[in-house]
Amino acid sequence: MHYKIRHRTSYRYDVPANLCHNEARLRPLDLPGQRCLSWKLTIGPEPEFHRSRRDSFGNHIDYFSIQRPHPELVITAESEVEVLSHGQLALGAGGAWDKVKETLLNAKDPASLDARAFTLSSPLIPVLPALADFARQDFTPGRCIQEAVAAFNSRIYREFKFDPDFTTVATPVEEVLENRRGVCQDFAQLMIASLRSLGLPAKYVSGYLETLPPPGKPKMVGADASHAWVSVFVPGQGWTDFDPTNDVRPGERHITVATGRDYRDVSPLRGVTVGGANHHLKVSVDVTPV
Amino acid sequence: MAVAATPKNTLPTDYARGPWDEMLGADGRVNPSWSHVAAWLGGLTPEQAGATGGEIRRLLRENGVTYSMHGEADGEHRAWQLDAVPWVVSEQDWRTVEAGLIQRAELLDHVLTDLHGEQRLISGGWLPPELIHAHRGYLRPCHGMRLASKRQLILYAADLARGPDGRMWIVNDRTQAPSGSGYVVENRVVMTRAMQRLFHRTGVRRIAGFFRTLRQTLESFPAHAGAREPRVVILTPGPLSETYFEHAFLASYLGYALVQGDDLTVRDGSVWLRSLGGLEPVDVIIRRVDAWFCDPLELKEDSQLGVPGLLEAMRAGNVAIVNHPGSGVLENPGLMAFLPGIARHLRNEELILPAAATWWCGEKQARETVLARLDKMVVKSIHRAPTFGTVFGATLDAKDLAALRERILAAPECYVGQEQVGFSTQPCLNGSTIEARRGVLRGFVTSTPDGNYMVMPGGLTRIAASPDALVVSSQLGGVSKDTWVQGVDPEPFVSLWSETEQSQPELDSRNVPSRSGENLYWTGRYAERAEGTARLLRRAVISFVEAIGDDEAQLSRHREILMAGLVGVTNAAPIDAAKNASVVRDEEEVASLLTDPLRPGSLPDNLRSFRNAAYAVRDLWSPDSWRVIEALIREWVDGKAPSNRRELDHYTDPLNRLILHLTALLGLNLESMTRDAGWRLLDSGRRIERAQFLLSVIRNFLVETRPAGEEQLVMETVLAASDSLVTYRKRYRTHPRIELVLELLLLEPNNARSLLYQMQRLSANIEQLPRQLQGARLTPEQRILVDTSSRLRLADISQLAQGSNGSRKKLEAFVGNMSNSLYQLSNSLTLTYFRHAESPHFLRG
Repeated sequence: MHYKIRHRTSYRYDVPANLCHNEARLRPLDLPGQRCLSWKLTIGPEPEFHRSRRDSFGNHIDYFSIQRPHPELVITAESEVEVLSHGQLALGAGGAWDKVKETLLNAKDPASLDARAFTLSSPLIPVLPALADFARQDFTPGRCIQEAVAAFNSRIYREFKFDPDFTTVATPVEEVLENRRGVCQDFAQLMIASLRSLGLPAKYVSGYLETLPPPGKPKMVGADASHAWVSVFVPGQGWTDFDPTNDVRPGERHITVATGRDYRDVSPLRGVTVGGANHHLKVSVDVTPV
Repeated sequence: MAVAATPKNTLPTDYARGPWDEMLGADGRVNPSWSHVAAWLGGLTPEQAGATGGEIRRLLRENGVTYSMHGEADGEHRAWQLDAVPWVVSEQDWRTVEAGLIQRAELLDHVLTDLHGEQRLISGGWLPPELIHAHRGYLRPCHGMRLASKRQLILYAADLARGPDGRMWIVNDRTQAPSGSGYVVENRVVMTRAMQRLFHRTGVRRIAGFFRTLRQTLESFPAHAGAREPRVVILTPGPLSETYFEHAFLASYLGYALVQGDDLTVRDGSVWLRSLGGLEPVDVIIRRVDAWFCDPLELKEDSQLGVPGLLEAMRAGNVAIVNHPGSGVLENPGLMAFLPGIARHLRNEELILPAAATWWCGEKQARETVLARLDKMVVKSIHRAPTFGTVFGATLDAKDLAALRERILAAPECYVGQEQVGFSTQPCLNGSTIEARRGVLRGFVTSTPDGNYMVMPGGLTRIAASPDALVVSSQLGGVSKDTWVQGVDPEPFVSLWSETEQSQPELDSRNVPSRSGENLYWTGRYAERAEGTARLLRRAVISFVEAIGDDEAQLSRHREILMAGLVGVTNAAPIDAAKNASVVRDEEEVASLLTDPLRPGSLPDNLRSFRNAAYAVRDLWSPDSWRVIEALIREWVDGKAPSNRRELDHYTDPLNRLILHLTALLGLNLESMTRDAGWRLLDSGRRIERAQFLLSVIRNFLVETRPAGEEQLVMETVLAASDSLVTYRKRYRTHPRIELVLELLLLEPNNARSLLYQMQRLSANIEQLPRQLQGARLTPEQRILVDTSSRLRLADISQLAQGSNGSRKKLEAFVGNMSNSLYQLSNSLTLTYFRHAESPHFLRG
């Protein structure tokens, strides 16, 4: 599939900000199943200083600063991305889930060494026995890892209610588990936390999902949103994505922008203003098939 | 100089050394390097021992050497403790230490560089990824960041102690922002004065060369375009930090500006200092703020101690942050398990300095070893966080051991087990007795401009809290020692400043942070307010002790006026809001203004504010100025002395001393500070406050007209409070008359206490500040000054002196206008020169 993506963020301040520093992680990645064909970042007002780099996870980062009073900041990221159909997983690849940890410890290849970092707790994602217990129902001894993860992915979808009013970016995983509700970000973090608590490497993926309008109705502009899902390391196979919010294995409709340990590593925009007091945030995303 | 002839081995007879000791060998004989110290100790009478300790305490106090405990109430500073007995290290022992520390610094530098770059140590299997990724010092955003220098680890410190085999062992590595080197200098300064002869006889190596190399290294980083040398600043968390004293000391010792996070700003990918002269580029930051706090954009987002955009400025190559923000990754005891292997792999060498055998629990086999022998292990967290200190398995019961096991198993990669190693004892003076205690020595290493390492020949020794204690706390506080490294030929005295440099860099306004300017300004204001308050209080105290006035009625009336004026001028909060103010006895009111630090407007409250402002610019005071500040703070803020005294007349002497100290401080500032922008702001603060105080005294005492006899007493009080009584008598040789008093206090240009004199000084100061215009156009400050001065000069004293219906309305209006203008001047200075506290806000999207 071939998409045009437009991601517009605006901050309106009560009082003009005198200085702001920002980091944008908005540029889609080039991956085996995905190619970023074009990319344009428009910032208003024009920043005095702008640099692009890659972070330690390989994500694209644009740093910029605006150094004069400005009442509003608008960031528009436009890209064209080609998503190829993901190859099918070899049946039974990865072996038993409870052997993965040992396999990883003995593997010397760079991918496995890199994956080991994703078995640990991270700033927003704790590793807790209660989370391991929660997952264990699907992780019976000796079960094939992909099968177990897929079952777990489905169970989160079934047992949790999508509720945008319940959580914020700061809601801890334990609370999501207890109340069984949240948004894509919460489900992704809960799933990652549970997998890590079992000793499995899992990472957080941020990106977009093409949404389809209700049958017979036109698609509304700006109706799409940033999305989040999970990637699990399967030995011999590499990183494999799961989307617990939609109970799917991400395919041609998921566009990856960044990956990291948790939301903190991939947040599309982070900024610090000096002055500016309160601000009002507006985000709109359009993912249009070409 | 050769080492003086060895004296006979005289031993302190009752010295109860541990199993192995620094001073005494296994055979009980004095080690040669300790011979002079042992002889001195052996001949020491209890009185001499006590006196030596007292002398050291006095010298430390005079130099104002303090540290703060973390989490203590704000502004509490504890006196630094230094033992009279140094740790003497022989030349031969030190050669090993030196070689070992250099080897370790090189290895750690390699690890630091590799972990923030290619990570070959991980891919090669020399370091397990979990050990690094689980560690809080490993900051992902710092990956790929490099200093322009060959070395990435610029400053390194290690705690060392002598193990049972007689070798020096590594106890801890300190790389985040190693502290202690400033205290070494202070210890040395005191020891060379208190123990001069012993110091020279022992033949001790000097430490100034270390700081000279450090300066050269810092100044070898690239300077911004157009500059001959880089601008270096020291970034401190501020006066509440544990080691703020040291930050201020190093700033002043090395000649760099001491700054806090919001003194700096990032623009165009470069770091700028908000100075009195405007924004000035910064090239090198000596970071004494933990890395996690140093950039809210990329690291801890609610940090108030950092600079948004700082990491990007370093990435862009526009600033060098020393130490590298990623260097905390090396403060990980788990690394000790792998460093010997890395040394063999990289250099085909064994570590010169051993460390306790270490098992990292992230590895199955090591974990099993630790858990199997938990009751004999020393267990540490890999983090330096205070949440989990060092746990000695041997001290735990079965239940605690089980809990510890659970804790390790829940996050094994976060724990290490270490073999318990006992360390050597050495003599210490506790009062007048000589005790043997365990000691740990912090050694310091700096990289050199050409990428080698240099070890300070000396260090900071800390000793255990008691003779039985096996552990020496790594926290500051407790008792320290100077470390005397012997040299066969101790090097000659070297100055910190190399010969090619003409002098210490001029402290111009471009190097004075706005915050420092603001604190100097407020130091001046509070000093003056305290002095004025003290003069009024002295007058009140005298009025209780000596009868002022001709008869009982006049006396009590005068006291009434004095009390009302005192409360009016100090603007002090009522003693007890619940109580009707009239019920408060005058003595109680005065005692409260003299002693109650919690009452806003009281003398101790003013002095506390003075102390906080002065301490915030600790680096800018000359030693003599600081001694004066210390002396008055000790008596009035930290000291308990005056509050114990019931009788008011006992306050006369302390008040006299306080007034003397505050006046002396002004004199010292006049004499010993260069007339830079900071000094001008300090003096402006004093002038504005003196003028405001005078106006307030006039408003509270002279606006109301009174019967002649009474008014004379009141005018005397006013003259006394403004230190003009003698001038008045000399000049007019008559009883106080209102026109003469007003003329002397308002318009007499030669009276250093008059309003006109303050305005002249303010004009002279402000003209010389940076960013003031020369020529026809006026800045807001100049406009206020011109306007106020001309209104003052045009004042008609005889009109002001006139009263009707019991009050002098024109005087009241005039005084109010003048006071208002000065208030505006102060606001204007604040807007122009002082940092505008704009709080950062975090954006997410």
